[in-house]
Parts: sequence; structure tokens; C-alpha cells
Amino acid sequence: MIKQERMCVIEQKEIAHNIFEMTLSGQLVQEMEGPGQFVHIRVSDSTEPLLRRPISIASINQENNQFTMIYRAEGRGTTLLALKKAGEEVDVLGPLGNGFPVHEAQNGNTVVLVGGGIGVPPLYELSKRLVEKGVKPIHVLGFQTQEVVFYEEEFRKLGETHIVTVDGSLGHEGFVTTVLAELEQDFSMYFTCGPVPMLTAIQNMYPDKKGFLSFEERMGCGLGACFACVCKTTEQVEVDYVKVCSDGPVFPAGVVQV
Amino acid sequence: MSRLAIELPGLSLKNPIMPASGCFGFGKEYAKLYDLSKLGAIMIKATTLETRLGNPTPRVAETASGMLNAIGLQNPGLEKVIAEELVWLEQYDTPIIANVAGTLTEDYVEVAKQISKSKNVHALELNISCPNVKCGGITFGTDPAIAAELTAAVKAVSEVPVYVKLSPNVTDVGEIARSVEAAGADGITMINTLVGMRLDTRTGKPVIANGTGGLSGPAVKPVALRMVYEVAKQVSIPIIGMGGIATVEDVIDFMSAGASAVAVGTANFVDPFVCPTIIEQLPEKLDWLGLNHVSELTGRSHR
Repeated sequence: MIKQERMCVIEQKEIAHNIFEMTLSGQLVQEMEGPGQFVHIRVSDSTEPLLRRPISIASINQENNQFTMIYRAEGRGTTLLALKKAGEEVDVLGPLGNGFPVHEAQNGNTVVLVGGGIGVPPLYELSKRLVEKGVKPIHVLGFQTQEVVFYEEEFRKLGETHIVTVDGSLGHEGFVTTVLAELEQDFSMYFTCGPVPMLTAIQNMYPDKKGFLSFEERMGCGLGACFACVCKTTEQVEVDYVKVCSDGPVFPAGVVQV
Repeated sequence: MSRLAIELPGLSLKNPIMPASGCFGFGKEYAKLYDLSKLGAIMIKATTLETRLGNPTPRVAETASGMLNAIGLQNPGLEKVIAEELVWLEQYDTPIIANVAGTLTEDYVEVAKQISKSKNVHALELNISCPNVKCGGITFGTDPAIAAELTAAVKAVSEVPVYVKLSPNVTDVGEIARSVEAAGADGITMINTLVGMRLDTRTGKPVIANGTGGLSGPAVKPVALRMVYEVAKQVSIPIIGMGGIATVEDVIDFMSAGASAVAVGTANFVDPFVCPTIIEQLPEKLDWLGLNHVSELTGRSHR
């Protein structure tokens, strides 16, 4: 169920250049169904900035009622959010959207998780859930440059991890597709989150593989009411459009027109 | 009788609070959060004769204490709205105000004729003020004669009272209001959004794919309030006021300026519980003002 709650900031730290990891505590965590869902955050109690900010969930800990999100402090909203300190409250609406279908992968499967930049965080909870059920994840994580790389060690603990940077300052040089092209091991499906050009490239690379893509779009309400975040669909599906916030943000490969 | 209940043409409202058209879809999303029967009414998303897929994205952009939108009247079309959305809404004890839009007069007339037969549609809201479609919409709402002609044509076929939604993008909003009143409008809803623009400072290009969008949110409240105040002096039909309402104090201001009821728009995106919250806070505010009934607020500014 979707709830609105003033959640308590447990911890906030900058884990890479302008990349913040914030842990929040509250009952809302009990409603979280799985990886790939997001929360809609009101960064200020005033009208400035007015709208909520959609931020993906990076990890969920239902035992102690906490979840972690990782975001880039870039615009007005996220810059204000980055100023919040432990003990302060944040207005959270969530959990929203439909996440990655963990049930699609079976014990013993090898799967590929591809993340680009600030699209990497939801893959962390996903990987944890997959490992729990005996699935072997291979992580391919792309970043602009070394100083914005985060969670390398966390992903390594869960499985094979390839870091790739556009300028080659850490790991491989190039794009996630560079690494994917050289990947020798076969896999049963892929899960990906990142910028649309990256999602498109991956979908085109594996036309015959089962895949799940998490999209991002400018949102209003986050609930499906305002029709701000619609995407056109392909001929494979019956509906003419989908809403990223409430029908997604995760869609099977081939659904969204890219 | 409840101290919040309001009687308007076609509408017996439990309270004067309703979500504004375009900010609430057809209610399904918010029904997951609270009981829609709490609402005074629901103004459903604009309905056109045919299915509309709307404008390209980005469709929204945040601005100082507000937002711009150019959704482009996306909706499933008259047939589906009647057969699916309105039927689904029948489970709630809440009158529906159907927002009617189109390209040509004939479109408005056809939508009005059919949708007004739905049993939970108790009034129509004639959308002559959408700034985000190339044809129709605002072109009907900026010329008093054309607005009157359309109002009369819709009145002739509608089985329920017709409220006309006015555009703020005019020189003299009072003139349009008087004109639609003379043409038979049963009420006025105001205001629709103000045409605006936001540029990407780096590229110099508009952020919204449509170029311009409609400005809403707390930023527009002073403009909306002034227009309600103006129109209330010039017409005798009731006004449903809207434009940046986010708090119970905003509701009191709009009713004081002359509105008989109000609609909450953009604030639903910020706080999805804003309508029930305001409804809950209203009685206490009436006590604070020493008023018995919410209708005593209407027109206080003019007395």
C-alpha cells in the first residue's frame, strides 16, 4: 500500500562526488515489495521547490524499518535534500511503481545486471534478492569517471563485477556495451537501469534474450494521475502508451518504444 | 444539515472541496489512498470524442512555487470514459463533474450530449480554456461571442447543468463571464492555467516539448483570486474557484472572493491527501471565524 510518512534520517553521507547515500527509517518500509520501486520525496515543507522528487530505492531492511536511497545532488531539489542531517525528517510518499520481477530468475541461473550512473542503485537490492535465491549475477556498471563511481565493493561481494568509465579512469574504458560485447559467459536474462540511450543499446544487443528495463521520465504526481511521464509503446503490446510511474518504471524488453 | 454542505445547480455537495480536472485522472489512483466519497465532487479529466494520446514529453516543468504542464488532453475518449471510468466511479457517493473538450463545436456538443446521460454525471464543465492543444480549447475561451455560442450549443443538448471553465489568458475575464452567463451557463469554474514558458538556460530552448505550457500551483493564486473577485461582482451564477489552492486558508480566500465551492489542482501532486485534509480542517476554521456554515464565506470580500 502507498503511504505518506515523515520518515527520520538515520544517516546521510557523500559516497562519491555529489552522490549521496541516505538511510531513512519508518513504517513505510514495511510496504516495500521489492527492488526497482521508488519513493517520491518532498525536499521542503514550503512551496519551493514545489514538486516531489522520484528517487529509486537502493536497499531495503524491513527488520529494522530502514531503507537506503542513493541520488545525485544535481538540481534544486536534490541539492536541498543533500543538506538533510541525521535526526531530521523527510516527507516520503511510497513505495511507488512496479519493480524488477525477481521471480523470473531461477535458482542456478546466471543473469546480467547493467547499470548506468545514477541508474545503478536499484540494482543493488535486486542483486541481493537474486543471490538469496541462488541466482548468479554478473554486474556491469558504467559511470562517467572514477570520482562518481560508488558501491563497487558492495557489488563485488554479491558477484562478478565489471566497472566501466567513459574516460577509462577506473576499470574498463568505454561504455557498458563495450564490456557486454566481451562477456564470454552466457546468461538467461538481463536487468538494466540507466539513461535511455544505454537501455536502447542493450535491448538492441540482445533481441532474443529476456530482459527488464527500468525507465526514468520527468514526473508530476508519481501515482499515474497526471499523465506527465507517458511513453509510447511498441506494436508488441495492446495499449498505446504506458505511464513510467505507475505502469513501470520497470518494463519487459520490447514494451516501450525507444 | 451539515455545516459544510453546499447546493449548486445540479450538485448537492457534502462539502465545497473537489479535485480539479486534469489533476486527479478518473480517480483510480487516489482511490488507493482514501475513500473518494469524502470529496464534495470530482472533476474528471477532460474527455474528448476520440482517444487522445496527448503531447510529446517532457510535458511538465517545475517553476517558482508552481509548475507548467502541456499534457495535451490525453484521455481514452468518450466511449471508454462512459463505459469504464464513469461506471467504476459509481461505487462512490460523489457527484461527478465531467470536463468536456473538443476541436469543433460539434465535438463538444456530441460529448456533452452523451456524457450528460451518465447517471453519476451531475454537471458538465465546458473546457474552453485548455492552452495546450492546437485546435479548440482556448480558442473558444478568449472570444466572448464564440464562448457564448458554444455554451448555448452545449446547453441545448446537455441533460445536466453546464459550468463553463474560464481562461485567465484574456484581457477582460468579466466580459467572457457575462457572455457565457447570458448564453445560459449555470455556473462558472475558474481559472484554467496561465500560458507560460520555461527555458533550459544552457541551450536557450523550452524545457517542455510543446514549447509553452499552462502554469499552475501556488504561484498563480493571486491572479486566480483577483479574477474570481472580479467575476463575482459581474455575474449572478455560482463560481467554483480554483488556481493554486493548497491549504484551508486558500479555500477561505477563494470563497470570500466570491466562490461557492473550490477545486484543488496541482496540490494533489504535492500532497495526495490534500483534499481530505482540507475537508477535515474546514469546521475548525469556521469556528475560528465565528461562522456556522461554510456558505457564509461566499462573497465576504464584497460585503
